[in-house]
Amino acid sequence: MPTRTATTAASSTSGPAATGRSRRTVAAAAAALLGAVGLAACGGGDDAGSGDPADVTSITVQDTFVTDPGATFYGEQLDACGEEVGVDIERQSIPGGDIISRVLQQASSQTLPDVLSIDNPDVQQLADAGALAPLDQYGVSAEGYSQGVVDANTYEGELYGLQPTTNTLALFYDPAALEEAGVEPPTTWDELRSAAETLTEGDRYGIAFSAPPSYEGTWQFLPFMWSNGGDESDIATPETAEALQLWVDLVESGSASPSVVTWGQEDVNDQFIAGNAAMMVNGPWQFPVLAQNPDVDYEVTTLPAPEAGGTVSAPLGGATWTLPATGDEARQQVAADVIACMGTDENIVEDALTNSTVPSKPELGEQVVAEDPRIQAFVDQVPDLRSRTGELGAEWTDAATSIYEAVQTALTGGATPEQALEQAQGR
Amino acid sequence: MSTTTTRTDGAAARPQDGSGDGPTADGAAPRRSRWRGPRARVRLLELAFLAPAVLYLLAFFGYPVVQNLLMGFQDYTTRTFVTGEAPWVGLDNYATVLGDPAFGRTALNTAIFTVGSIAGQFVLGLAIAVFFRRRFPLGNLLRSLLLLPWLIPLIAASAVWGWILDRDNGVLNQVLGALGIVSGSPGWLTDTSLALVAVIVVNIWIGIPFNTTILYAGLQDVPEELYEAGSLDGATGWRAFRHITWPLLRPVVTVVLVLGVVYTLKVLDVILGLTQGGPAGATQTLAVQSYNLSFTQFEFGLGAAVGNVLIVVSLLFAVLYLRANRRAVDE
Repeated sequence: MPTRTATTAASSTSGPAATGRSRRTVAAAAAALLGAVGLAACGGGDDAGSGDPADVTSITVQDTFVTDPGATFYGEQLDACGEEVGVDIERQSIPGGDIISRVLQQASSQTLPDVLSIDNPDVQQLADAGALAPLDQYGVSAEGYSQGVVDANTYEGELYGLQPTTNTLALFYDPAALEEAGVEPPTTWDELRSAAETLTEGDRYGIAFSAPPSYEGTWQFLPFMWSNGGDESDIATPETAEALQLWVDLVESGSASPSVVTWGQEDVNDQFIAGNAAMMVNGPWQFPVLAQNPDVDYEVTTLPAPEAGGTVSAPLGGATWTLPATGDEARQQVAADVIACMGTDENIVEDALTNSTVPSKPELGEQVVAEDPRIQAFVDQVPDLRSRTGELGAEWTDAATSIYEAVQTALTGGATPEQALEQAQGR
Repeated sequence: MSTTTTRTDGAAARPQDGSGDGPTADGAAPRRSRWRGPRARVRLLELAFLAPAVLYLLAFFGYPVVQNLLMGFQDYTTRTFVTGEAPWVGLDNYATVLGDPAFGRTALNTAIFTVGSIAGQFVLGLAIAVFFRRRFPLGNLLRSLLLLPWLIPLIAASAVWGWILDRDNGVLNQVLGALGIVSGSPGWLTDTSLALVAVIVVNIWIGIPFNTTILYAGLQDVPEELYEAGSLDGATGWRAFRHITWPLLRPVVTVVLVLGVVYTLKVLDVILGLTQGGPAGATQTLAVQSYNLSFTQFEFGLGAAVGNVLIVVSLLFAVLYLRANRRAVDE
C-alpha cells in the first residue's frame, strides 16, 4: 500500500485527486485487513512511559486533506501551531475513503499518529472502540461552539474531537435559469416541487441531488427527513415517509433524473456545471470545482423547509481533530496543545475563508460572511445543524444503512415510501 | 544444473541402500540415520527446495483463509482492532447473514451474475477463438487487440462503461434513440430490472479475452489432419466443429468454465464501479455484500461469514477443476 509521507506542507500539495478513489479504497481496505490481522498477532508494543512534555521534539499528524486548498493550508497551519507549541510536525495525508481502515490497522499495530483528523461521524465509532483519548482531560475545550458540533464530538460526556469548522448542504441554483423561467428560489417544499417542474426543460432537469446506496445518499436525505420531524431512531414514521415522498415526486414527475440513485455529490456537481440541472443540493466543498468553470454562474440559498417559516435542520459535516490514545502521556499533552492551537478564533476564520467552510463558533460567522458572501446560506444553518451521531452514537451506521436502503427502494419504485422505510427498518 | 547432479546422485545411491542396511564399505553404517548419507542429503535438498513454496502458501494463503474462517465465528468489530478482543459467537454471524430477508435475493443475484457472465464470455470467447483459427491478414494483430479489455484497469473500465450506459447522456441510449430501436431512455444502471443485465454485459466484455486466449490455445492442439480427414468424409463447417473440435477441446473447456466461475463469483470492482450494488440491491452479490459489511459498516465478523460462504462455493468448483484437470492430464 503506497503511503505518501509529507513532512512539509509543500510536498503534500501533489496529493492524488478524487479520481480512482473507490479502487484505492478496495485495495487499501484489503491491505488493511490483511495487515491488521497479521499485526494483531505480534501486538504487544512498547509501554511508552509518561515523560516530560518538554522532551517531546516532534509529533505525527495524519489527515485526509489531499487536495488543495486544504492540503497546503492545513500543512502550513499545523507547522505554525507546531512552532508555537515547540515541536516539529510530521504530517501524512491519505484519502478520506481509506482513513478508517488505516486507523484500525494502526490501532492494532500500536502505530497511531499523535494527532488524527477524521470525518466527524467517525468520532463515536473510534471513541467507542477505545482508539481515542478525551480532549477535555488535556485542557482542550469546545466553548462557544454550536451545540451540534459539540454533540458530534462528544462520546459518553467527554469531548473527543475539536472541530474548528463545519459544512452542510444548501441549495445551489443557476440565477439566469430561474429568472428566465420566472421562478423565485424555493423556500418551501411546495415551491421546490413547482420550481423544479417549471425549470425542467429539454435536456435540463429542474433539480439534481445524490441518492446512491451509500452513506452519501443518507447524508443528502437527512435535511429533508429532519426538517420534517423525522428521526433516525425510528425511520418508519409518517414524517420521514413524507420527506421521502418529496424525493419520489421529484423523480417521478421528471423534475429530477432517475439517475440520482447512482450519483455521488461530485456527479451532481458535474450535472449542474454541464447545465443538466438548474438547481442542486450540494455543499461548499464544491466552490473550488465550480470556480474552475468561470462561465458557470451560481447562487446559494438554504434548503427549503417543509412549510413556510419552518426550520431547516441540516446535517453537520466536516473534519475534526482527534487525539489517538497512544499511551504516551507527554506526547498526548503536546498533541492536545497543537489541536487547541488549531481552534483559536483567528485560525478558525482563516480556515473557513481558505477552505469555504463555516466556523463552528456561530459568533465568528459574520466575519467570514463579510469576506465571502456565498457562505451566508451555510452560516445561517449553523445554529440548527444536527449531528448524525448525536443520538445513536456508534449505532448510527445501522440507521444510516437502513435510510439509504429505503431511499433506493422508494426511488426505484420498489415500494411506497412508507413500505420502503418499514422494510429497511426491519432489517 | 545442481539439481540434475543431485538427482543422479540419488538415483545412483538407491541401489546401494537397497542392498542392505548391514555393514558397508565406508564403515559408518551403525551411526547412519535418516538425515545422513547421500540419500538423506537428497531428502534435505528436496525439502529445502519445497520450503519456500510451502512457507509462501502457508503465510499468504493458509493464514488469511484460516483467519477468515475464524473471523466468521467471532464478533469482530472496530473495537477488536484496539483491544484485540473478538468474542466467540458461534454461528450467530451466519444466522444473521443467512436470516437477512435480502439474502435470498443476493444469492440469486450472485447465481444469475455468475451464470450469465460465464455463458456470455464462453460462447463469445469460443466463437472468436474459432474465428481466429483461420489465417487471414492482420489476424494476429487483431487477436492481440482483443486482449485490450484485460489490460485496462477495471475501475477505469467501469467508469467509462458508466458513461456509456448513462441514462440521460450515455452513448448507448443516444445511438439506440437515433436508430429508433427504443422509445424513451432505458435506465441501464438506474432501473432495477435492467441493472443486473448491464453489469453482466460489462463483465462479459471483461471476460472475453481470458476465454478467447485459453480456448485459442486449446484449438492449436487439435491436429489439422483431423479436419482434412473429416472433410474427405464430408464433415465441414458446423459438423467439423461438432465432431472434431468440440470433443478434443472438452478438457480445456472444463478448465475455462470452472476457473471462470471462481473468478466471477468474487467480482467486486466492476459492480462497485458501476452501481455500488444498487439500485435498491438489484446488483448486490455476495462479494459486494461481504465488502460492504466489512469495509463500510466495519462488521468484520459478518463480512467474513459472507466471505466464507463464497469460499465454500468456490472450493466446490476448485475441486471440480482439479478433477477435470487430472482427467485432462490422464487423457
